[in-house]
Formats: sequence, C-alpha cells, structure tokens
Amino acid sequence: MSFITYVISGISLGSVYAIIALGYSMVYGIAKMLNFAHGDVIMVGGFVVYSLTNSMGMPPLVSVICSIIFCTVLGVAIERIAYRPLRNAASSLAVLITAIGVSYFLQNIALIIYGSSSKVFSSVVSIPPLKLAGGALFISGETIVTVLACIVIMVGLTLFINKTKAGQAMLAVSEDRGAAALMGVNVNGTIALTFAIGSALAAVAGVLLCSAYPSISPYTGAMPGIKAFVAAVFGGIGSIPGALIGGILLGLIEALGKAYISFQLSDAIVFAVLIVVLLVKPTGILGKQIQEKV
Amino acid sequence: MKKLLSIVLVAVLSLTLFVGCGDSSANGNASTTWKIGGIGPITGDASVYGIAVKNGIQIAIDEINEAGGINGVQIEYNFQDDEHNGEKAVNAYNTLKDWGMNILIGNVTTTPCLAVVPLTAEDNMFQLTPSGSSTEIIKSDNVFQVCFTDPNQGVGSAQYIGANALAQKIAVIYNSSDVYSSGIYEKFKEEAANQPFEIVAETSFTDDSKSDFTVQLQQAKDAGAELVFLPIYYQEASMILTQAEAMDFHPLFFGCDGLDGLLTLQGFDTSLAEGVVLLTPFVADAEDERTQAFVSTYMEKYGEVPNQFAADAYDAVYIIKAAIEASGATPEDGYSAICDKLVAAMPTITVDGLTGDGMTWIATGEVSKDPKAMVIENGVYTNFQ
Repeated sequence: MSFITYVISGISLGSVYAIIALGYSMVYGIAKMLNFAHGDVIMVGGFVVYSLTNSMGMPPLVSVICSIIFCTVLGVAIERIAYRPLRNAASSLAVLITAIGVSYFLQNIALIIYGSSSKVFSSVVSIPPLKLAGGALFISGETIVTVLACIVIMVGLTLFINKTKAGQAMLAVSEDRGAAALMGVNVNGTIALTFAIGSALAAVAGVLLCSAYPSISPYTGAMPGIKAFVAAVFGGIGSIPGALIGGILLGLIEALGKAYISFQLSDAIVFAVLIVVLLVKPTGILGKQIQEKV
Repeated sequence: MKKLLSIVLVAVLSLTLFVGCGDSSANGNASTTWKIGGIGPITGDASVYGIAVKNGIQIAIDEINEAGGINGVQIEYNFQDDEHNGEKAVNAYNTLKDWGMNILIGNVTTTPCLAVVPLTAEDNMFQLTPSGSSTEIIKSDNVFQVCFTDPNQGVGSAQYIGANALAQKIAVIYNSSDVYSSGIYEKFKEEAANQPFEIVAETSFTDDSKSDFTVQLQQAKDAGAELVFLPIYYQEASMILTQAEAMDFHPLFFGCDGLDGLLTLQGFDTSLAEGVVLLTPFVADAEDERTQAFVSTYMEKYGEVPNQFAADAYDAVYIIKAAIEASGATPEDGYSAICDKLVAAMPTITVDGLTGDGMTWIATGEVSKDPKAMVIENGVYTNFQ
C-alpha cells in the first residue's frame, strides 16, 4: 500500500515536471536553443495568479487566463529582445548565456516586487481529492488536473504540429532553418509562435506547480526548471511524448529513490539514471537520430 | 566613445581602491556614542525572525536611551538586511563597519552568521547573536549567544519528550542541507538512545527538494509514529502540516525555535498548526511584569504579539548594557578594545531577561538557561503542561 502511495506521489511530482518539460522540449526542438529562462517564466505565471486571485480576489479561471496571456506576451518579448538579435551570432553559446541572463533578470524583478519570502499559494483547483481503499490511498485534485492537463496538452501539441500549416512550418524550421526560409516559411514568425506556445504552457505549469505544492517565491521556478530540463533530455529532447514520459519517470525515480534507497541521494539517483539512459540511448528514450544527408 | 567610457570606468574603479583606506588607519574607529549594529533577514524566507529581532532591539534601545543611556552615553542603532544569505550578510557587515559600528548584534540565523563570524573574529569586533544557535558560531572568542545552542535544543527536546512521556514511537523529518536542522537532529538522535522512546523513521529533505513531503510522511505513518519531530524552519513545516492534513495523518508535531513564526506566516491556515508543540524560552502570555511590559510595548508599536526572537533580541541589548557596565568600556576605546573588555566581562555577569532568569555565560560564549515547551492552542502560543 505504501508503494502505491509513493507511486502516486511520484506521478504527481512527475506530471508537474512533464508539463514544464513540454515547453522546454518544444522550444529546443524548433528554435534549437535551451531556454533556461523557462523555469522563471513559470514563476512569473504563478505570481500573476497569486496577485490576481490571492491578493485581489479575482476568480481563479480569470486569473489563470490572464496569466497565460501575460506569459505569452512575455515569452514573445523575451524572444524578440533577447534571443532574436543573437540568433545568427557566431557562437551558439551566446544565446545560452543570454537565456541565463534573462532567467536572473526575471528572478530579480520578482524579488523587487514581491520580496524573497515564500508566500502561501492557495490552490486554484477545486476538485476534491480522490480517496481509495478506505482512505488509505489518496490522490489530490491537483494531481488529477495536472495529469489530465499534461495529456491534453501533449495530444493538442502533436495534432497542432502535424495537422496545421503553422505546425508544419515549425517542423520545417526544426529540420532545416535555411531550407525552410528558402521554401517561403517565415522563420522568425515561426520561432516567435513557438515561444508564445512554450510560454503559455509555462504559465499553465506555474499555476499547477504552485497549486500542487502551495508555496511561491521568486526561486520557485528555478529547481523544477532544471529538473524538467533533465526530464526533457531523458525523454528525448525535441520529442513531445518524450517530455511526458521523461517527466513522469523522473518523478517516479525521485519518489521511489527517496522511499527505498536514500533521502539525501534522491537527486543523485535521478542523475545517475539519466547517465545510464544516455549511455544506452544517447538521444533519450524517444529521441530521434536525425541522419545528416550529404 | 567606447574609449572615453573605459577611461571613465578605470577612473571610477581606481577611486574605489582608496575608499577603504580612509578609516582603517584609525584602528577601531572611536566615536562619542555607542553604535550598535544589527544584521538579520528582514526580507526573505526567514524574515519573520529578522523583523522580530530588529523590533526587539529597537524597543530595548529606546528604553535605555530614555533612561539616560549606558553609563550616560546614548546608543545609535543601524540594522541591515542579510536575506538569510551568507554573501549578503558579509555586505551588511561591511556597511555597518563603514557606518562606525562598535558592537554587533547578529546574525539572526545560523548560515549567514557563520559567514560573518570569521570577519568579526579577524577585526576583533564584539558579536552577540540573539538567535544563531549552532555551536560553530561561538568557536571564536569574540562571539556570544543569547539563545540555546543546537545541541542543547536537540538534547533538550529528547529529554522533554522522554520525561513527559509524550510518545513511544517517534519519526524525524529534518533538512539535511541545513546546519541548524542537522545539528539539532544529530544531538536528538544521540540523546534518544538514553530515553524511553524509539526513533522509528528518520527522514530528511534538502533545500533543492523541499516541495513534496509525501514520502517522508508516509514512512512516518507506516512506522506508526505518534510524534513527528521537526527540527526545521516554519516555512517547510507549513508545507508538512498541509500535506499531513491531506493524508489524514495526525501525530503530535514537536519542533524547536525554528517553528516559531508559523502563526504569522502570510496566507497559512493556522488551524493546521493547532496542537503543535515547540521548545522555546519565551512565552508571550507569561504573567511576570517584565514580559507583560515588553509585549504591550511591542504590540503598541508593531501591531503583533512578539515571538521568541524579539525577546532574544531585547535581552541581547540588556546583556550588552550589563557587560559594558561591568567592564567600564567606553565608545572612545574603539571596537577592538571594547571587544577585549566585553569578552572579559561576559563570564562574570548574570542577567535576568525575558528569555530566562539568571542567564550566565561561559567563556566559550554559550548561555545557560532552561527551555520551556509551548503548544499552539486556538491560534496562540500557550504554556504546555
């Protein structure tokens, strides 16, 4: 019975990682850059809801929608101001460093506005917890919503990329940016759209993260962001179902590692498993090996 | 244009080279008033403690100044924020030194305190920490404590639980990446061997993974723990209490002074804290005159009931006053000579304060006083019987 509780705890944690990893993976797959500011966009998403609902008393649904809009605009703005001018820079490291800079910038802005103390975030999910086996097993409403949201987003994204013109353009840009531009695809527009979707997902992830673990601070996004990045690599970065699988597996390994091996080593175990997976399958679980044609 | 900019930058940088030289020649800059500096987190996760300490010191200093100062000399006071962060604490210390501080009250929390102690030791600046509880802090001769040391809290908790037969089976959840938490836990575990209870689950978390406590709580529940010992800060404790409630797990939660602040946490459902017991040396509803006067002044000025940290800080000022009076130090001595005199005087004084009667110190800096247990009932701290 405890085992099942640990599994549920792992899935609950993993589904949050997964939803963050979806955004990471998508941006990497299409723009070929690691957006380290993704974790901090999550934090911004959480704070928008915190300000609107917890402080100003607006209905949760309204503030979640505001948060999604705000993060979408923020994501596009970050891409336009910080990343686009560097896209053709000599070193791809330039964009990476800029992303780290944006990450600190967002954290510090939040520090100025909200201060560094954690605040209690009241959950926006009003679904009652599911009690099984006479109360011995317990699945919170937040977990149910997060898992469902993950699946809906994954299916939605897959359909969007495969069935719509904009999605096809994304696929084209991800495979060969130069060739896509030659074929008349608006590369800048497509990448901006990718950031818009990625940041909207970050807002959703932020709200769910803060609802599941009811606390928010300017550093809230940092650690889950890094773990989600690991999850994305684990599942195969660039692959959308891979992000889901990677996230859930990561959560499970962390929870079971804590329960059966060692509390202190739980993070180390996660990374050890990652190394093993990458040794066996360098592109991650669902990653595709793209053959360069000469 | 770029060249001009770089010349200006170089000029500014080279000017800053000389900034430090101004007062170092004075060797412990003398002043005509007592300049007491304070450092603590007034923003950030531990801000409840820092704000309480800042206010507690202020009240004591106002009282002393009104009554004519220490040996007729008035006190000036400057408090700097460290956000419970070592680097920021060092900056705060340097700011205070530039201001001309004679004596330091700080830091409030252990981790930043450990960052500042090597500096005060090197400068020979007298330092009294109201609430930094690690034994590491007082390894330097110039540092004294107002609160219990971590081992004292760990041993005290184990003895208290044993003596009052609060539980047979005990689970522990501690923060293995925090000096305060692991320090208390180790001593608790050592002392537990001599006590009539058993530790059935030892679980921990780190600063990087402190959102999900289901696994820790489930292990405690499976092991049949009647009491969960939480030698941690209130921020994480609030998450643990919330998740325990969700799991329908209701043991007795027992903590140390780190749990103080739980009731004033913004947005926390305080009904979850009902029945939580903590060891702390100060009770706001104690009947004695001194406590009553302090609590009413504090409430009048700051609009809330003072916690233990405010009381520790208030006592800290009076301890310094007693030590100065015993040693005959004056602000003109400069901080280094003041420090020597105060260090010599500390083991000779006895102070009756809010956090204990007849507090005495040994030369290493450790205080001796008795812990009291408090329980949270109807949203306030009351004496635990």
